[in-house]
Amino acid sequence: MRKLFIENLVKLNKRGKNIYIVINDLGYNVVEPFSKIFPKRIFNAGVSEQNMMGMSAGIASEKVQVFVYSIANFSTFRCAEQIRNDVDYHNLPVTIVSVGSGLGYGNLGYTHHAIQDYALMRSFPNMLIISPGNNDELSSSLRYIVKNPQPSYLRLDKDEIFQKNKRKISIKPGKIIKLYSGNKKKIILTTGNVQEIAKKINTKNYSIYSLPIWGKKTKNETLNSIKKFNEIITVEDHFHDGGFGSWINECLKKSNKKVNVCNKYISDKVISYVGSKKYLMKKFGPKR
Amino acid sequence: MNKKDQKFIKRIRTNILKLTFSAKSSHIGSSLSIVEILYTLYFNILKKNDRFILSKGHAALALYCILYEKGFITYNVLNTYGQDGTRLMAHVSHKVKGVEFSTGSLGHGLPVAVGKALYFKTNNKKNKVYVVISDGELNEGSTWESLLFASHHKLHNLNIILDNNKIQSMGPVKNIIKLEPLKNKFESFGAKVFRCNGHNIKDLKKKLLIKNIKKPKIIIADTIKGKGVSFMENNNLWHYKNPNIKQLNQALKEINKNYA
Repeated sequence: MRKLFIENLVKLNKRGKNIYIVINDLGYNVVEPFSKIFPKRIFNAGVSEQNMMGMSAGIASEKVQVFVYSIANFSTFRCAEQIRNDVDYHNLPVTIVSVGSGLGYGNLGYTHHAIQDYALMRSFPNMLIISPGNNDELSSSLRYIVKNPQPSYLRLDKDEIFQKNKRKISIKPGKIIKLYSGNKKKIILTTGNVQEIAKKINTKNYSIYSLPIWGKKTKNETLNSIKKFNEIITVEDHFHDGGFGSWINECLKKSNKKVNVCNKYISDKVISYVGSKKYLMKKFGPKR
Repeated sequence: MNKKDQKFIKRIRTNILKLTFSAKSSHIGSSLSIVEILYTLYFNILKKNDRFILSKGHAALALYCILYEKGFITYNVLNTYGQDGTRLMAHVSHKVKGVEFSTGSLGHGLPVAVGKALYFKTNNKKNKVYVVISDGELNEGSTWESLLFASHHKLHNLNIILDNNKIQSMGPVKNIIKLEPLKNKFESFGAKVFRCNGHNIKDLKKKLLIKNIKKPKIIIADTIKGKGVSFMENNNLWHYKNPNIKQLNQALKEINKNYA
């Protein structure tokens, strides 16, 4: 997904957009297509996340859009207060990009796992969370956020091989997208984990929906698009506390309509173990 | 100090004292230490497209009083400082007209200023960026992170003024985290450093106007916390306390005398 992300930004800048990238000494063999063409619009802050985020807010406050690109925890927890005070409070067009969503960097260990990031990012009032589940969702989400610049958190999977949707999609914040039409009564709803789910289950037995853009300010939109269901299974590569499933539960609390929800998430036990993403997801990931 | 400057300085200090009293707020010493710095910037230095960030956001009242003098906010608005339902909170807020950026947690202002200076320099814009930081703020790692970056990128349009009042929350800076030799530290981080009396407008102006420097400029402005009121000067109590009516009247009397 990283390469497609950069390709998209290059394309958008070529079309006259004013996009900047700030990195914290990460992005080797990823950001080069951008830096080759736009060397004056990419800055390496070095290994200093607080300065990286504050500086990005400073650049964005001059009315340009900034993408802060890093791995999992570095662009979130390490500079959480800069995100809260400088980016979100000022409502600046900074998109915080974290690569290696969930257990993407499985064998690098707990320091590199992004399994609490939703909890942090969804607490900020102006922040949109963008968690694309395939290449089309990524490209479409990027088009949306470049057209509607605002504080946002883009969570990217490390893997590159992602299948395409059968038809072109248009993504709106808080609105769900139907990806697989199976059993109409068994609804699976996810953000970002489309492929993982499709690989594991028989897609005829379930209808799979995705919610690529969501956040504190889109709860009503989501409620309106999911309250028609009677049963929902939420799936995420994140802890239950403060995660996507919890967020869906909160959305449904705003309505009197009774919807049975079953949340599937990553076990806290994952903290003590390392391994490939495949191994960790099998052992500690959402269970059937 | 000439008569015109004196008149403004007296009124700003008077307003700081009165409003801290009526709002029952704190940080009076921190506000009194930067009056001349802000006055010099706003009345002598800042041009239309320049940017100013008060990184020591707890001295918001001093900035609001300056913004009143410059016509950004009315006296009625200024008078709402610290009251229920106002936007004039005790840490500087961008929701107030004329304020560039909200701060309050230390170590945020310089990185933001660096981002602005970087943008201007890369795009060949002439705008200058000014930021006032506190000495306590030099405990923050983010301040030094951004200084390294600013020096590496030779941000000649970045002007940092250190309000060196030598007292932080819990006591004298030298007893908490030693900072001196500050000039050597800043120079070794790649900045061009000047030192001046932070209550002397002429001195501040002279240092701020020095041109043709090819790296970030830092002015160590030596100041007195609580400047202008004898019992508030260099007394850490006034980082927290607001004056009672007797203390307010005594303070106003001293300001009247000292800036007559």
